[in-house]
Amino acid sequence: MVWTRKDLLGLEHLSKEEIKFILSTAESFKEVSKREIKKVPALRGKTVVNLFYEPSTRTRVSFEVAAKRLSADVINISAESSSIKKGEALIDTGKNIQALKADIIILRHNCSGAAVLLAQNVDLSVVNAGDGWHEHPTQALLDIFTLHEKFGRIEGLNISIVGDISHSRVARSNIWGLTKLGAKVTICAPQILIPPAIEEMGVSLTSDLDDALKNADAVNVLRMQFERDEQKAFPSQIEYFKNFGITQDRLKKAKKNILVMHPGPLNRGIEISSEVADGNHSVILEQVTNGIAVRMAVLFLVAQGREKK
Amino acid sequence: MKILIKNGHIIDPANNVDEVRDILVENGKIIKVAKMIKEAAEKTIDASAKLVLPGIVDMHVHLREPGREDKETILTGTKAAAKGGVTSVLAMPNTEPAIDSPEAISLLKAAIAKTNLANVFICAAITKGRMGKELTNILKLKKQGAIAISDDGASVDNRALFLKALKIAKEKKVLVISHCEDKSLSGSGVINLGIMSTRLGLRGISKESEYKRVERDIQLADKVGARLHIAHVSCKESVEIIAKAKKRGLNISAETAPHYFCFIDEDIFGFNTNLKVNPPLRSKDDSLAIKQGLKSGVIDVIASDHAPHTQNEKDIEFDRAEFGAIGLETELSASISQLLEAGLLDWKELVRKLSLNPARILGLDKGTLGVGRDADIVIISADKEWVIKKESIASKSTNSPFIGKKLKGLVEHTICNGEVVYKHE
Repeated sequence: MVWTRKDLLGLEHLSKEEIKFILSTAESFKEVSKREIKKVPALRGKTVVNLFYEPSTRTRVSFEVAAKRLSADVINISAESSSIKKGEALIDTGKNIQALKADIIILRHNCSGAAVLLAQNVDLSVVNAGDGWHEHPTQALLDIFTLHEKFGRIEGLNISIVGDISHSRVARSNIWGLTKLGAKVTICAPQILIPPAIEEMGVSLTSDLDDALKNADAVNVLRMQFERDEQKAFPSQIEYFKNFGITQDRLKKAKKNILVMHPGPLNRGIEISSEVADGNHSVILEQVTNGIAVRMAVLFLVAQGREKK
Repeated sequence: MKILIKNGHIIDPANNVDEVRDILVENGKIIKVAKMIKEAAEKTIDASAKLVLPGIVDMHVHLREPGREDKETILTGTKAAAKGGVTSVLAMPNTEPAIDSPEAISLLKAAIAKTNLANVFICAAITKGRMGKELTNILKLKKQGAIAISDDGASVDNRALFLKALKIAKEKKVLVISHCEDKSLSGSGVINLGIMSTRLGLRGISKESEYKRVERDIQLADKVGARLHIAHVSCKESVEIIAKAKKRGLNISAETAPHYFCFIDEDIFGFNTNLKVNPPLRSKDDSLAIKQGLKSGVIDVIASDHAPHTQNEKDIEFDRAEFGAIGLETELSASISQLLEAGLLDWKELVRKLSLNPARILGLDKGTLGVGRDADIVIISADKEWVIKKESIASKSTNSPFIGKKLKGLVEHTICNGEVVYKHE
């Protein structure tokens, strides 16, 4: 297939073929990071701008490493240290970056839909690195890439996503991506952190962690975002850990070789025990490594897509 | 000046007219309606193959003056009205400052006097500064010229205060218009709570936040036997509650806006901020209930809730964008396209919803083409289609959800108080 999109805004509107194409492109880029000289000239002469309105280390660094391994020039702009703080509108910021003749903007933003808004208003490529509670497509792609690496397939897998679904862009992107590729997705969260009508996205629901783990081939553990809990729905972190924390004891009731994933950063002792995070079910650090290959693939493809336009 | 409108098909439900007639207008009044009027006139408009309707009476319009003239002014707003076939508007009081005193009304009246493009009527605030704390002097506001009161944009949360307002309004014969929203339930939501808020990761606004307040306000109105008009009904449950109240014989009227029967929450998939309105666009099911409510008569009125906002306030993140859409220029065509074409309403019923019913609810001698009435007339090509283009919007703001859409029914002439205030070129 030929990639024709200039942007990657989310997985909801991608076809199954497009998702598979990104994954197979990522596979070929994974080898680059194993070389002694970890660089290919695929994006030489291109400028990639990391535009981050929310604090982020892992995603930003991952994109930066990915862009550099493709030989692109990378510029980092964070809201704290720019005219964004002076009230510049997102579209204006985007147009200014365009005027600098940059090629790709990687946008992290606290408002859902920000990447869509930016992409509609600039000619350069926009890669969504997380917008509000909406989507975080590269995180889901790297999760799916990791699953595919381990199981050799996605179709027919039982994947449980545990944690604060309401406020999670990672959950949404994973749901779209996994269901499109034929996995069975179960959502497990306290009632108050399950958004309405989520079944219509093609998932099953439970508030019982044992139930969610029972048949799961993998469990994706979301970070409990206490800082976003506006209604103070959760009285205590201990209570959350008791009911929804992934521990060795819990995993005893699960499939023997269940994979444990986490998008990071970890809250040890809140949503996951240290034992599990560092144990042999965990693929958390492999996810980080795979993130480079997936993001290299995405940057490479959107740059191509833009040239086609 | 005399204007003769020849050979138009007149729709005038108040006089049960639905046939080709000529209309003669002089000194702002309709002086004759008959077949083949032969009298000489300074101006003759050939309305052959066109429909002639009473001018639209839009009882929910934000003209933004005073205070937000960057969004709209009385002049630009009435220009938009004329283009849309709207000859009377009720201006909502959520201006800056709010219309909450006789002084504010006199200033507003002076500004209104400068336009002849539409009749502008005044809705004053229920509470001072629309803060929901202290009642305005309703009698004085009425004496100064307000024909209705509303804190539109906000609901009066305090039950006792709202009850008192209803009591006084009943005594002084002022219409109360209620914006039904329980802010403690709608919170910082920006879109209907449901699958779309889940898909887009946006904070939801529950239907309860609307219909629980509709329920409360109707109860309070019932308690004191007051008349009550429910603004911008958007959901099925509100329609059902109003239907029940009407069945019990309560003096309740209700309006909806074209966006609630032309769009649904699913249309927001691309984060189009021109579809961010309050109350929010609801589900398909709700939109169907709104259409049925119009058909059955539970909803009496179609009003635009014309809410202009600048581009700077709309071309931003969905969360941060203002609520509201403009609608004066599209309400007639949108109603024709969605309601008439679908067979939900016939022409007479459509004219009732857009002109006659709001005029009666507001106590205005308008919404008909009877002899002796104000010559507020709109002439349309019912079958002509047009595409809404941003460049040709007459309003000062361009936040229309209909941009790029094709609508049926084109306004050819608008006549307000016997003057041609708009002619399609």
